[in-house]
Amino acid sequence: MQITQGTFSYLPPLTDEQITAQIQYSIDNSWSVQVEFTDDPHPRNVYWDMWGLPMFELEDAAGALDEVNRCREAYPNHYIRVTAYDASRGRQTTALQFIVHRPAEEPGFRLERQESHDRALRYTLHSYAAEQPHGQRYHNGSGDGG
Amino acid sequence: MADQSKNGKKKDRWSAGVTPYAEMGYYEPDYQPKETDVLAAFRITPQEGVEPTEASAAVAGESSTATWSVVWTDRLTAHEAYQAKCYDVQEVPGTDGKQHIAYIAYDIDLFEEGSVANMSSSIIGNVFGFKALKALRLEDLRIPTQYIKTFQGPAHGTVMEREYLNKYGKPLLGATVKPKLGLSARNYGRVVFEALRGGLDFTKDDENINSQPFMRWRDRFLHCMEAVNRAQAETGEIKGHQLNVTAGTMEDMYERAEFAKELGSVIIMIDLTIGYTAITSMGKWARRNGMILHLHRAAHATYTRQKNHGVNFRVIAKWVRMMGVDHVHAGTVVGKLEGDPGMTAGYYSACRDYTNHKDPSKGFYFDQNWAWMPGIFPVASGGIHAGQMHQLLDYLGEDSILQFGGGTIGHPMGIAAGATANRVALEMVVQARNEGRDIVNEGAQILKDAAKTCKPLQAALDTWGEITFEFESTDTPDVVETSTPTA
Repeated sequence: MQITQGTFSYLPPLTDEQITAQIQYSIDNSWSVQVEFTDDPHPRNVYWDMWGLPMFELEDAAGALDEVNRCREAYPNHYIRVTAYDASRGRQTTALQFIVHRPAEEPGFRLERQESHDRALRYTLHSYAAEQPHGQRYHNGSGDGG
Repeated sequence: MADQSKNGKKKDRWSAGVTPYAEMGYYEPDYQPKETDVLAAFRITPQEGVEPTEASAAVAGESSTATWSVVWTDRLTAHEAYQAKCYDVQEVPGTDGKQHIAYIAYDIDLFEEGSVANMSSSIIGNVFGFKALKALRLEDLRIPTQYIKTFQGPAHGTVMEREYLNKYGKPLLGATVKPKLGLSARNYGRVVFEALRGGLDFTKDDENINSQPFMRWRDRFLHCMEAVNRAQAETGEIKGHQLNVTAGTMEDMYERAEFAKELGSVIIMIDLTIGYTAITSMGKWARRNGMILHLHRAAHATYTRQKNHGVNFRVIAKWVRMMGVDHVHAGTVVGKLEGDPGMTAGYYSACRDYTNHKDPSKGFYFDQNWAWMPGIFPVASGGIHAGQMHQLLDYLGEDSILQFGGGTIGHPMGIAAGATANRVALEMVVQARNEGRDIVNEGAQILKDAAKTCKPLQAALDTWGEITFEFESTDTPDVVETSTPTA
């Protein structure tokens, strides 16, 4: 299973060069760039952990790529994404968001169905990884805390 | 129409009988439109022998206070304020003087707050059957911000919708379930599941899927939500099926919408055929219940398509944004349905920009300030396929929804493969654009290269790569003639 959140999840994993190009595009649009990570990839988990603050005055895409790689070293078994943020009036929202790192194995989700009245069902998405406590997910918690 | 008294003198404004509209104050070439006025641009084609200024004044008169005869009861009112005023008439180039654009100003006091029904009853209510005119078309409206602010606007708008769906940086992808009619609920849900797990963000009911004998609405909702949730579990992404709640009564629509909410759907849809008031009510319901609201513009072409008569779609686009929907179908340029590139760019701008600038090539006759009312997603649907992805992104931009019905479900390797082909093509083209490549000229090659490692995309290009729809557009700007562009 591979979760397909993000702008480029249907492409082969992005190379460092490709990641740099997307960061440069963000800088050229005056968007701030942020690195985020999580071990809870539920689609409703909006708030991934922040790897430092958003880089507001970034001039060089290579600097942001360094942060991605530092985050990868610290959290090799987490999901890591790059988020570009557009603060312009009328947008004030994420402009681009793509996954740059994944755990080696993605166990995915179980769909739980609660039978309700008149054939109606209530659905819940259950993340297999989240059965383990925070920090011990993926590869039985190989050291990376969160 | 002119009714001069027997001695040849101009008739007094107030004597009983018929006075030319232009002489009753409905034509005022010196009038300076106020910031608070509603402004309209009408394309008028008068009958032989009717002066353009008189025909234009008649439109102003009949769309505001006038009737065919002088009435003394006008004198009980501040009639000069309530009379709409034609303040300019311009000949349309290339029509041998047969068509003119009449600019008419309406005082804001003529309109009820928050009611497109009222606004349309005034401006397009009575005038289109007028005998003195061969044809009449409402081309554009400038709605003052003071009036805009009396409308709710989109239930969510583009920004909130993206945050709700957690999807950024590229157009959203959808597909309309086909065949349009006849599938049982179980088979219908299968199409939804395959298309969503293959990579689409949305699937959609078609406009005429409501609650027929072969598939009742409740059964469809249940099966579609099973499909949506299965696809979410397989992809870890938010998915939606646009459940059409269109019905014969408001009570039925509310019942269906409530059930969609209970099942956890993120989105419902309605048809333009339900009418302006019903759309506005559903916009309020959608805001109150956290539901994205999609609008299918069913029946619009009956009055939007002909260049000399009806209502231009850009007016409808402005109205539906005010009424409170989050999506509206607005043309594809390259697909099977009518759409000149410049005109379509104008519709898209009316849907999602905070200001529209006067621009004949886009069909805007006025500047429009939206007072920060959120934008809505324009939807491209009808005869589009993966091989056109670079053109679609270039013409339609990022805040759009691309819907491939036949282009997903008709894929030779199956529905999920069709969805994957579209998703890969889209992400590839967005990536290339962001990297600074010229997607208009290199797009076809970019897709071919991507297809080398993506069999579904290869099959899509093999099946539809050469398909184009080349017909002259009927609705074009007055300044240039264009045909549908080719791949």
